[in-house]
Amino acid sequence: MFNKDRWKEIIEVLTGNWFRTVLTAFGVFWGILILIILLAAGKGLENGIKADFGDIATNTMFMWSRNTTKEYQGLPKGRSYNFKLEDVESINQEVPNLRFISPRNQLGGFRGANNVVRGLHTGAFNVYGDFPEIINQDPMTITSGRFINQSDINEKRKIAIIGEGVRSELYEKGEEVIGTYLKIQGVNFMVIGTYKKKTNDGDGEEGQKQIFVPFTAFSQAFNRGNDVGWMAITANDGTSITSVKEKIVSVVKRNRKIHPDDQRAVGYFDLYEQYNRVESLFGAMRFIAYFVGILVLLSGIIGVSNIMLIVVKERTKEIGIRRALGEPPASIRGQILLESIFLTIISGMLGIVFGALFIFGINALLDSAGPVDMFMNPSVSLGVVVGALFILVVSGLLAGFIPAQSAIKVRPIEALRTE
Amino acid sequence: MIEIKNLHKSYKMGSNSLHVLKGINFSVEEGELVAIMGSSGSGKSTLLNILGMLDEADSGEYTLDGVPIKNLNETKAANYRNKFLGFVFQSFNLINYKTAMENVALPLYYQRVARKEREKKALMYLERVGLKEWATHLPSELSGGQKQRVAIARAMAAEPKVLLADEPTGALDSKTSLEVMELIQKINDDGNTILIVTHEADIAQMCKRIVHLKDGVIVEDKKVKQVRASSYVQ
Repeated sequence: MFNKDRWKEIIEVLTGNWFRTVLTAFGVFWGILILIILLAAGKGLENGIKADFGDIATNTMFMWSRNTTKEYQGLPKGRSYNFKLEDVESINQEVPNLRFISPRNQLGGFRGANNVVRGLHTGAFNVYGDFPEIINQDPMTITSGRFINQSDINEKRKIAIIGEGVRSELYEKGEEVIGTYLKIQGVNFMVIGTYKKKTNDGDGEEGQKQIFVPFTAFSQAFNRGNDVGWMAITANDGTSITSVKEKIVSVVKRNRKIHPDDQRAVGYFDLYEQYNRVESLFGAMRFIAYFVGILVLLSGIIGVSNIMLIVVKERTKEIGIRRALGEPPASIRGQILLESIFLTIISGMLGIVFGALFIFGINALLDSAGPVDMFMNPSVSLGVVVGALFILVVSGLLAGFIPAQSAIKVRPIEALRTE
Repeated sequence: MIEIKNLHKSYKMGSNSLHVLKGINFSVEEGELVAIMGSSGSGKSTLLNILGMLDEADSGEYTLDGVPIKNLNETKAANYRNKFLGFVFQSFNLINYKTAMENVALPLYYQRVARKEREKKALMYLERVGLKEWATHLPSELSGGQKQRVAIARAMAAEPKVLLADEPTGALDSKTSLEVMELIQKINDDGNTILIVTHEADIAQMCKRIVHLKDGVIVEDKKVKQVRASSYVQ
């Protein structure tokens, strides 16, 4: 199949009518180019949106308390309550496959009043009472010093880790921050570390303006007792948080004496479900890209098939001669199929190369013009390219199949009679 | 070499069928040079096509060099044609984008002869038909007589048992016809079996035996005294 004569002949046939060959090849070229560009655009959108999720562990739910809406066990409706540390313990014991359960308390918030003072500087920041695990759920990079550890929790140390945004508001440029004190709602905390978060959406700035202190110190300093403001719960990989969230909520309801049917008392947000929704959106987009791309490619392939039919028609007499001379039908079929595959692959490769150049150009443009909202680094993986090549070979075979069949269907005697 | 018994062939033309060969009995010995004559529509071309396994008979027996030719699929027929038969056509039927040498080498290619060997043999046969220096020329650069000689070289290249020629001089002027016939006679002198379909009496006279076909039956089968083509040339 791969001898010199055969290839010589393929080249002879395809170069015999340059203009026609180029026009035919263009159909396939265009199809694969569109496919690559669509997939790359989809990937760019996906990259952009996923970047907005930042590094957050996506298999996570957040849970907070609200007012009850049903009477239960003699307690009135409209009662406000708080999660307690015991709830964390209960969840830990009763719900398997959880990786982290981080109870959190919080001061400040959106447009909060100034709550942090350092010398002459004041600022309004979110202050969180946290356990060490939170750094795994809401990842941040420690730029100096360290994060909270278990001893800080046990000894209720009044220490704080501040964001780079806090540092720039409360400190002079180049000033040493480690070891200084901040007054948070009248209580002094020693700064032992700074962090930076990797997000690039609108909340990016907000994310750098947070202060983390040990949960226990927070509770003591701000009179929270055993209360837990809200929780961030991450499940093990392989278990979706969506599948265990009902269980978690019901444990909390039982502990806090809330009616089991009270739908509003426990508020939660399932990040994993949201993430999945976005994921399935990307899946749909990929599907559309493949669908449209392959349909465009298909029209190119039909073009190839069409031309191959004409080529076979033109060469009917030649095929008749060859068969009279003793060429087996399989060899003729192989010849036509190879011509078709060769034409498809060459033009498809050109399409892939041009697609890659196009993506390269877009990336260069994005790099020079700065980041664009919800679009980042459009690309196609090597797998897609290999897949595209596979599609090309299959489509070349498909395109050549009917012409090849028609070539061997003509009997040599009839082929010879054709003028 | 060739044994034919009670061969029938009819073509369907719409609703009515045309009975072309009505029981042909016929045999050819090795080394014979046979002319098959007849007016158009007598069935001579059909007979040649069946002999050449380009067409299949409806009934009857056909044995070629002791091999019964029946129930052929296309692959087997192609293989037999390649091994047993050489074809020479009225319209030469050279492949026009291949050089003279490539055309001659084609049957050898189907026999999977190695490239070098193939080219050597092709050149040798071209030399035998006197066209060695035309080896790299395309058919469009050759005259009619030259084309037919290339076609004969091609037919001989695979060293077939039988050479089948369908009106080999039909498209040639009388001078080149004689040249081609001289070549055919020479090949026959080397011991090759050759069948020629023709409707020209003088061409038939250059063979050793003439078979007359009329309306699908053999009406006459006689040995003749061969006229050497060389005797006409100056």
